[in-house]
Amino acid sequence: MPGAIYAEGLVKTFGDVRALDGVDLDVPEGTVLGLLGPNGAGKTTAVRCLTTLLRPDSGRAVVAGIDVLKNPNEVRRSIGLSGQFAAVDEYLTGRENLHMVGQLYQMRAKQAKARAVELLEQFNLTEAADRTTKTYSGGMRRRLDLAAALVVSPPVMFMDEPTTGLDPRNRQQLWEVIKQLVSGGTTLLLTTQYLEEADHLAHDICVVDHGKVIARGTSDQLKAQTGGERVEVVVHEREHIATATEVLRGFGKGETTVEEHTRRLTVPVTGGAKLLAEVIRELDTRGIEIDDIGLRRPTLDDVFLSLTGHVAEAKDTENGEGAATEDQAAKGRKRKKEAAK
Amino acid sequence: MSAVTETGRTAIPGGSLGQSVRDSLVVAKRNLIRMTRIPEMILFGIIQPVMFVVLFTYVFGGSMKIGNSTDPDVYKDFLMAGIFAQTVTFATAGSAAGIADDMQKGLVDRFRSLPMARGAVLTGRTVADLVQTAITLLVLAVVALLVGWRTGSAEPTNAGRIIAGFGLLLLLGYAFTWIGALIGLSVRTPEAATSGGIIWLFPVTFVSNAFVDSSQMTPWLRHIAEWNPFSATVQACRVLFGNPGVVDSSAWPMQHPVWASVLWSVLIVVLFRTLAVRKYRQADG
Repeated sequence: MPGAIYAEGLVKTFGDVRALDGVDLDVPEGTVLGLLGPNGAGKTTAVRCLTTLLRPDSGRAVVAGIDVLKNPNEVRRSIGLSGQFAAVDEYLTGRENLHMVGQLYQMRAKQAKARAVELLEQFNLTEAADRTTKTYSGGMRRRLDLAAALVVSPPVMFMDEPTTGLDPRNRQQLWEVIKQLVSGGTTLLLTTQYLEEADHLAHDICVVDHGKVIARGTSDQLKAQTGGERVEVVVHEREHIATATEVLRGFGKGETTVEEHTRRLTVPVTGGAKLLAEVIRELDTRGIEIDDIGLRRPTLDDVFLSLTGHVAEAKDTENGEGAATEDQAAKGRKRKKEAAK
Repeated sequence: MSAVTETGRTAIPGGSLGQSVRDSLVVAKRNLIRMTRIPEMILFGIIQPVMFVVLFTYVFGGSMKIGNSTDPDVYKDFLMAGIFAQTVTFATAGSAAGIADDMQKGLVDRFRSLPMARGAVLTGRTVADLVQTAITLLVLAVVALLVGWRTGSAEPTNAGRIIAGFGLLLLLGYAFTWIGALIGLSVRTPEAATSGGIIWLFPVTFVSNAFVDSSQMTPWLRHIAEWNPFSATVQACRVLFGNPGVVDSSAWPMQHPVWASVLWSVLIVVLFRTLAVRKYRQADG
C-alpha cells in the first residue's frame, strides 16, 4: 500500500531546465521524509507539485490517499503547507491571520476563532496575538506560519526549508515543535539544505540533485555507504606536520591526507575513542603541540560530497544563511572536541 | 504541544457559489483591515486627484474651449466628470501592486494551497479596492463642490441621475481593478506592478473626452477618443450630472453613453476576470 505521500516519475521542466527529472517518493504514514539538496536541486518544485501549486508535466502523485492531479481541491483539505517564506499577512495581527486561514479552510467563523486561540497558545504567541505580524521577529513569524499550516490539523504536512534564515535558538525551538507534531502522528515531508536538520528530524532521507533522487535511506545507512570514521588533527606548528603524519600512519587504516595551509591531517581509522586517546598520547610524547583533534564520523556533508562531488552548501548568501552555515561549522567543531574528551 | 486536536474539521456545507461569496468576503475583509492599518495609502490615493482638480481648474481653466465657451467656470463643470473617471481607473495600480505583493510574500501560495474558491483571492481584492475607490470618490466630490463644481449647470438633473452617474463611475473603477489584477499576477514585483498599472492609463485617459473637448481633435484621434471605453463613462456622467461639454457625435457610444458605459465595463470585467482567474490558477511564481 502506498504511503501518505506517494509520487511516481514526477517530471517538471521550466524551459530547458528539468527541475524534476523523474522523482519517486514514498513516505509511510506517520514518518518524516527529509528531502535534502542544494539550492536549485528541485526540492521546492517537488513540494509545489505535491501541494497542488504546480502541475507536473508527467508522473503520478497521491497524497493522503487522494490523487493530486485528479482531485486537487480534496488534497488541499488534507494538507498543511509551510513554505520557504513565512506567508503571513504583515498588516494583520497573529490572531487575524489564523482566523482568516481557518475560514478559508471552510471552518465556521466561531470555530476558526477558537482554533486561533488554541494555536496561539500552543505556539507561544498569545502575548503577541493582537499585534500586527510586522512587529514579530523572524522566529515568531515562522511559528505563526507553521500554526497557519496546522489550523485543520492536517494528516499530511509539507515544510519547505522551515528554518532557513533562523538563528540557532529559533531553529532549535522550531525543531522541538516539529518533533512534537510528528509524535502526534502527522506525516511530514521536509526539505532542507541543512544536513544537520535532516539528520535531526527525518526518519528517511532522499538526497536530490539536478531534479533526481541520487540516494535514499536512513541517515545511518547513508553514512555507512560513505565510509567509516577518521581522526583529524590540526597541528600548531607547520614544522610538526611531517612528524605528525608519521604518527598517524602508525594508527591509520589508509592513506593520510595533509592540508598544508591549514595544518590539518586526516586518516581513516577503526577503534574509536580508545584509539583517539592513544593518538593523543603518542603526539604528546613526541612533543607535538596540537590546536585541534577529533574523531570524525561521516556527516551528511560527507555523504553529499561523496555522492555529488560538491558540497551541499547554499549557493547564494541570502539573509542569515551564511551565519547558519557558520553556526553548523561551529557545532561540528564542538562535536569533534567532545569526541576528543 | 498537543499537535493534533480535532477541532474544526466540520466544513461548512453549501454550493460552490455560496463558498465563492463567503471566501471572497473573507479575503475582502482581510484587505480592508490592511487598508485601515496603512491609512497613508488611502491618503495618497486622495491627494493625487485633489491635486488634479486644483491644477486643471486653475491652470487650464482659462484657456480651454468647451463648445463655444472659454469661461473657466464652464471648464470647471466640464472637467469634474473627467477627473472622477480618471480617479476610479487609477485604482488599477493599487490592485496590481497589492496582488504582486501577495505573490512576492508567498501569500498567494498559501491561498492556493487552501481548499478555497479559486477566484476568491482576486474577487476579494477587487471588492476591497472598490470600497477604497468609493471613499476616494466621495472625498473628491466634496472637494469638487468646494472649488465650485455644480450639477445641473448646463441641463436640469435630479438626485437619481446623479447617483446613477456615480454608480457608473464605481462600475468602471471595478472593471479596471480586474485589469490591475491581471497585471499584478503577470509582473514580478510590486514596484513593477505600480508603474505597470499606471503608465498605460495616461494615453487611455488623455486620448478621450475627459480633459478636452474631443470634437476639436483631429479626425483620427477623435475617432479613437469617442470609441475609448473610458470616454463613454465620462460622457454618461456629464449627461447624468447635467454638466456642459456633452459631445455631439454620430459615434454610437457618444449617442448612448449610459448603455455604452455599462456595456464596456461589464465586458472588461468578464474578459479580464476570466484571464486573471486563469492566470491565478496557473501562477507558479
